[in-house]
Amino acid sequence: MTIDVLMPALSPTMEEGTLAKWLVKVGDTVRSGDVIAEIETDKATMELEAVDEGVVDSLLVPEGAEGVKINTPIARLAGGVAQTPSGAASPAAGASPASAPIQMTAAAPPPAPIQMIAAAPPPAPTAGAMPGKPSGSRLAASPLARRVASRAGIMLETLTGSGPHGRIILRDVEAAIARGGGAPSAPAKPPGATARPITLEQRGIAPGSYDLVPLDGMKKTIARRMTESFRDVPHFPLTVDIEIDALLAARAQINALAASPDSKVSVNDLIIKAAAAALVREPDANASYTDEGIARHHHADIAVAVAIDGGLITPIIRSADLKSLSVISTEMRDLAARARGRKLKPEEYQGGTFSISNLGMFGIRSFASILNEPQGCILSVGAGEKRPVVRGEDIVIASLMTVTLTCDHRVVDGAIGARWLVAFKNLIEHPVAMLA
Amino acid sequence: MSAADSFDLVVIGAGPGGYVAAIRAGQLGLKTAIVEREALGGICLNWGCIPTKALLRSGEMFEALDHLGALGLSVEGRAYDFDSVIQRSRKVAQQLSAGVAFLMKKHKATVIEGSASLEPGSGARGVKIALKAGGERRIAAQNVILATGARARELPSIGLAGDGDRIWTYRDAMVPKAAPKSLLVIGSGAIGIEFASFYRALGAEVTVVEALPRILPQEDEEISAAAQTAFERRGLGFRVGATVKSLTKSKAGVVAQVEVDGKPESLEAERAIVAVGIAANIEGLGVEALGLKLERGHVAVDGHGGTNVPGLYAIGDVAGPPWLAHKAMHEAVHCVEHIAGVAGPRSLSPVPGCTYSTPQVASVGLTEVQAKAQGRKVKVGRFPFRVNGKAIAAGETTGLVKTLFDAETGALLGAHMLGAEVTEMIQGFALAMTLEATEAEIFATIFPHPTLSEVMHEAALAAYDRPLHI
Repeated sequence: MTIDVLMPALSPTMEEGTLAKWLVKVGDTVRSGDVIAEIETDKATMELEAVDEGVVDSLLVPEGAEGVKINTPIARLAGGVAQTPSGAASPAAGASPASAPIQMTAAAPPPAPIQMIAAAPPPAPTAGAMPGKPSGSRLAASPLARRVASRAGIMLETLTGSGPHGRIILRDVEAAIARGGGAPSAPAKPPGATARPITLEQRGIAPGSYDLVPLDGMKKTIARRMTESFRDVPHFPLTVDIEIDALLAARAQINALAASPDSKVSVNDLIIKAAAAALVREPDANASYTDEGIARHHHADIAVAVAIDGGLITPIIRSADLKSLSVISTEMRDLAARARGRKLKPEEYQGGTFSISNLGMFGIRSFASILNEPQGCILSVGAGEKRPVVRGEDIVIASLMTVTLTCDHRVVDGAIGARWLVAFKNLIEHPVAMLA
Repeated sequence: MSAADSFDLVVIGAGPGGYVAAIRAGQLGLKTAIVEREALGGICLNWGCIPTKALLRSGEMFEALDHLGALGLSVEGRAYDFDSVIQRSRKVAQQLSAGVAFLMKKHKATVIEGSASLEPGSGARGVKIALKAGGERRIAAQNVILATGARARELPSIGLAGDGDRIWTYRDAMVPKAAPKSLLVIGSGAIGIEFASFYRALGAEVTVVEALPRILPQEDEEISAAAQTAFERRGLGFRVGATVKSLTKSKAGVVAQVEVDGKPESLEAERAIVAVGIAANIEGLGVEALGLKLERGHVAVDGHGGTNVPGLYAIGDVAGPPWLAHKAMHEAVHCVEHIAGVAGPRSLSPVPGCTYSTPQVASVGLTEVQAKAQGRKVKVGRFPFRVNGKAIAAGETTGLVKTLFDAETGALLGAHMLGAEVTEMIQGFALAMTLEATEAEIFATIFPHPTLSEVMHEAALAAYDRPLHI
């Protein structure tokens, strides 16, 4: 018998992926848990582990193949013992105990249990059996969530559980299906792509006068999400100048006392901390619009834009409102490093409640970012620089930075955004208040 | 105001919602005060859940004497001393109320006896208490939880109001001087049915009047029908689809004018119990001045008990149905954890409902009609007690278990039980639903043999056409 290995859905938004690299070849023996390929999704490169055992019979998709739809067979294993999904065991279990116990003792000795298992034909692999990690091992998920996810073609590994101890429950799977994480029947064209009816040539740019760089998964995702956000979300910017001399002094003080160079904090770490603290003071700004109502988030999960080769990604500091500066700093360093290596897991860059984008290092004075849906706000941070400031009747020199808060007007109106900025400005100008 | 008068949390009402809130707050280190105008434990412990169970126990045991012959036993000279039955029920209530006082002390909650109201203009930060002992005390609160409960709904315009003599509310029905020879029970919800069951057990001629077309209208239709049959076998009478036009005192007792299918009818009895629902206790709390939002007579709350007034929360009966003590306790814990900032994800556990009649009724989740109204395809399983070994041995063969599964996903949508001890068993289905079990996990669970609970297993198997013992 042979088992097909299918293209997995490695994130809720994934519809197709690129088979970046095969790590096995025809004839190799594969065991459950072996990494057999690297798959490039819209956001990251991920490893594909075998669920089943067997010998690689054929590789159905060549290395480098793009746009492989999820659930497409990509390889075939031969001669293995298939591992069945946990739910499929019930028919066999139901067959044996049907006879009354009293008859069992009167008749011939009951067959030893081990024979019964051996006699039963190995269950056929379910057509939709999902490759990837065996979902039974480490993941806490309810039986109902497992079943509904399996039928919708959603990998539990891509979900964040909202039940006790992070257990994945039905509502998490239903939310993923609502987000479009289910097996797509006929993948719709990304809205961003449809608005491009005219070719470059029609616009007077001669063919051959440029090089065409194919769109990878990340570029396509950025194009689609930014188009949707800028077009569909009624947004507006609010800009304020903030003096940062006290912040710089506080940072110098903290770093002078730092135990090692690794424990030094950056201005950006302080901005993350202040943004989270401001969200606690102004919780209305920590919100998302949904058709059912305004979701007011319990914690400040701060997404921080990190530029990487070929695009950008926004790793998240979860519950930044509860974390100390040093924890934020350590996590940010780790996340940024792994982001640049495209090694982030989906749960590390999906689902923030507020974003920060900092272009200060390029000397940008002020800019207004595009909202990262479904977040209600994104903060754009400009360069810190010495500027003349009027104080009373005098002109003095102070360090300033200009920040702009882009708000989703459906959740955050002008007054809420302004109140958040006041809270943020106060925290930056009086950093000791972050201790409160 | 001194520090002694300033609290992180003030709970108004010491019923099952309020005192559990105070316990959880103590565990989480909140400085807590709890204000009670009457008795610790509230209606549940003093005038509801607990003392009625004491009464019902006396009734059940007395009625069981009728069936001793079937067990090969006989007894002579059976009788009851009504006063002792009532006194035992009161002692049980007192014992538990004292237990709550101990729990408050253990968790360092300051108990203030009196009637609380929120001071106008203070948000929910100032609480004034008219002390039971006389005088007044003002305290400051960071947060206030309203856990003031509810009382019997009365409709005085048609005479559906307790007079403490012949027309009783639940409270009068718990402490009468003598057991009535005949009784009208207006309303067939859990409270009405339990009193009907108790007084019938002591030999009263009982007629239950229900305006809706079936008794226990909150239960699954099949259970309502099977329960009515079982009660009728015990000699209870029912008038369903009967609208009460008036209830008045007569020379001998009470007389109710009702209309059944458009035809007037007159029902007479020595006494009547009014059990036509309950009304939230929101009066005298000063909430009007705070602009507290209400919804169909109860306080409007979000998923954490939060109201539209910052810092003001409401739990239990005052925050709306179902009016059940365990719902209040569950909300209490979540609300306090939310206030303390340590709340986990909100539980999606369904609220079971229990009626402690003979036989008992218990249910959790959706009824068949509700499930179908949601557009779900359902698999229905039924299994009777009459073929269950333990039920036959114990002489408890009345009743059935009905299960509802989603035909697409195998999710357990609801379970409905009628029979002996079903109120003790329903938690098995509640646990299965909370854990999001499918039919496969219930099938795979080993139920001990011989027990009544095997009927639960069989009812699940029956939904998939594979019951074993029928």
